Amino acid sequence: MAWLTIDTERCIGCEACLEACLYGALALEGGIAVVNERCTACGACLPVCPVEALSLPRQAALRAEDAASPEEARGVWVWVEQFQGRAVSLSWEMMGVGRRLADALQVPLTACVFGHNVRDVAREAIAYGADRVFWADDATLAAYRTAPYAHLLVALAREHRPEILLLGASARGRDLAGAVATQLHTGLTADCTALDIEAQTRRLIQTRPAYGGNIMATIVTPNHRPQMATVRHRVFEVPTPNGERTGEIIPVTMRLLAEEEIATKVLDFLPASEEVNLAEARIIVSGGAGVGGPEGFAVLRELANVLGAALGASRAAVDAGWIPYAHQVGQTGRTVRPDLYIACGISGAVQHRAGMGTSKVIVAINKDPEAPIFDIATYGIVGDLFEIVPALTAHLRRRLGH
Amino acid sequence: MRIIVCIKSVPNTVEVQFHPETKTLMRDQVASTINPFDLYAIEEALRLVEAHGGSVTALTMGPPQAEQELRDALAMGCDEAILLSSPAFAGADTWATAYTLAQAIRQLGPCDLILCGKQAIDGDTGQVGPGIANQLGWPQITYVSRIRTLDPQAGKIVVERLLEEGTEVVEARLPAVLTVLKDINTPRDPNPRLLRRARRAEIPVWDESALPNAEARFFGLQGSPTQVVRVFSPPRREGEVAWITGSMPEEIAERLAEHLHQEGFI
Repeated sequence: MAWLTIDTERCIGCEACLEACLYGALALEGGIAVVNERCTACGACLPVCPVEALSLPRQAALRAEDAASPEEARGVWVWVEQFQGRAVSLSWEMMGVGRRLADALQVPLTACVFGHNVRDVAREAIAYGADRVFWADDATLAAYRTAPYAHLLVALAREHRPEILLLGASARGRDLAGAVATQLHTGLTADCTALDIEAQTRRLIQTRPAYGGNIMATIVTPNHRPQMATVRHRVFEVPTPNGERTGEIIPVTMRLLAEEEIATKVLDFLPASEEVNLAEARIIVSGGAGVGGPEGFAVLRELANVLGAALGASRAAVDAGWIPYAHQVGQTGRTVRPDLYIACGISGAVQHRAGMGTSKVIVAINKDPEAPIFDIATYGIVGDLFEIVPALTAHLRRRLGH
Repeated sequence: MRIIVCIKSVPNTVEVQFHPETKTLMRDQVASTINPFDLYAIEEALRLVEAHGGSVTALTMGPPQAEQELRDALAMGCDEAILLSSPAFAGADTWATAYTLAQAIRQLGPCDLILCGKQAIDGDTGQVGPGIANQLGWPQITYVSRIRTLDPQAGKIVVERLLEEGTEVVEARLPAVLTVLKDINTPRDPNPRLLRRARRAEIPVWDESALPNAEARFFGLQGSPTQVVRVFSPPRREGEVAWITGSMPEEIAERLAEHLHQEGFI
């Protein structure tokens, strides 16, 4: 069953839609585009047609009844994630984005700070750009849990009707965003790499990668509010805090979930070693199949220590059991965006590149000059990592006086 | 105990690539497969049922050809499979997808646990698992790297979740929705003995008439708050690779260090 309608009178056989289709659902027959059952009605082909020959008939009758007066929603909100009473840096990156969007819309920026003994975080939120802070402080909120956090954020959003709600795309942020967007019946766009305001409509224009970064999509939430989006670590800068800024801290007075109403309990937390926090790392030293075994990672670890870097790995190295999964970078591991990514003995399969291809500077060290990692590398070294990496470590030690 | 695994038929991403010169999608080899993360969910469900008894139902929403992925799930050992497919469901974003799946889960009757992969490798959103949990009003535990204990009688599960700062140990009441990570297990291969059965199995196809309690306006494109307005090729990284060469490793190291210094890293 195909959903797409093609106006055969208009179609000029330019093939633009064939190129836009993600599913191979379009072909040219007798000089005219035809659609097959692979079509999923995703709409990717509609805007590329120069003669407007394509349509999705169902799209015409769009949800007017659900349009809960989006024009009445006002304000930009940011959820401030805290862990053990401290804000995570990603939240301040989000605050920087939120400030820019709020200024473009000429509305206040509101921070939502939930936790236990987190008044300092609320104050910090003002320094990072918030005009006001909804501050909820309770023992049930000490460690993040979906239900009590979502309950609060949903209740606040229903009462105050913000037009935009931003969250960091951390594990907790994505968990909360998915819950809140579902309950509010609104649109949520994950992992945005660009967020801008369309001036005439006040809409949030959200751009995100899909298909492991092979495709970019621009997404809007036209009729539902708040427009929700998450952003990964290190996509945007942390703004400079200003301790002189003033703002209002509003203690939240609405009913919280009682402990017995919450179906989950956090029993324990086992911290990861410093080197694993890939998301926040400015520099990552990463190893792949070329590292050859667990002992090979010792060489990379020394370089990482000299640079103050986190240690990453390709899927090949993790699947071989040389290093734990928490280190894996790529499509089935973590997506990272460090300033410097040093890929050692990593061939650079598309799945790996999907997880690190937006790193600012990429150094690739590989024996094979044809390795695809060199296609995206800033600096390439063809050679044995067991010769190059120790030499680099030794040189940096001398240079940095370690 | 009944476990429902929600899976997604996705294009094999390796094969969804832009041609480096023409910058068009190389779609001639687009093949579909079970989303890799969902394989871990299937495997975990099978192991739990092997330990505690019960059955595993594989559920997907997709085009008619997604039936093949359900047969693959049956060949791994799932007891039954259901395909949600209808023109009315097409064009669904994560909200409408989760709504439709949750309606089907309700229709399937009592269930103890729902397992999903942490995200699909095409959309990469990770939103459908939480979406299902919140449609059903059940607890959600995302990014599960290990199930420590499951007690169906007491209706409790204890799991480990992987967060940025480390591993969190969480207890939840059942029924619950879990999304799982890759390191939770190693998925089994299809069982040759089950392949024949899987190939012949009757897979029920549910359309909107199978979901009498659902509201049609929440299905598919119509029920989707988000709209894709443009799809384009990502900007290519600028510039070619700068090769660093030298006769000795020390020489190469020194030259690289100089570049790192100029870039401001050291």
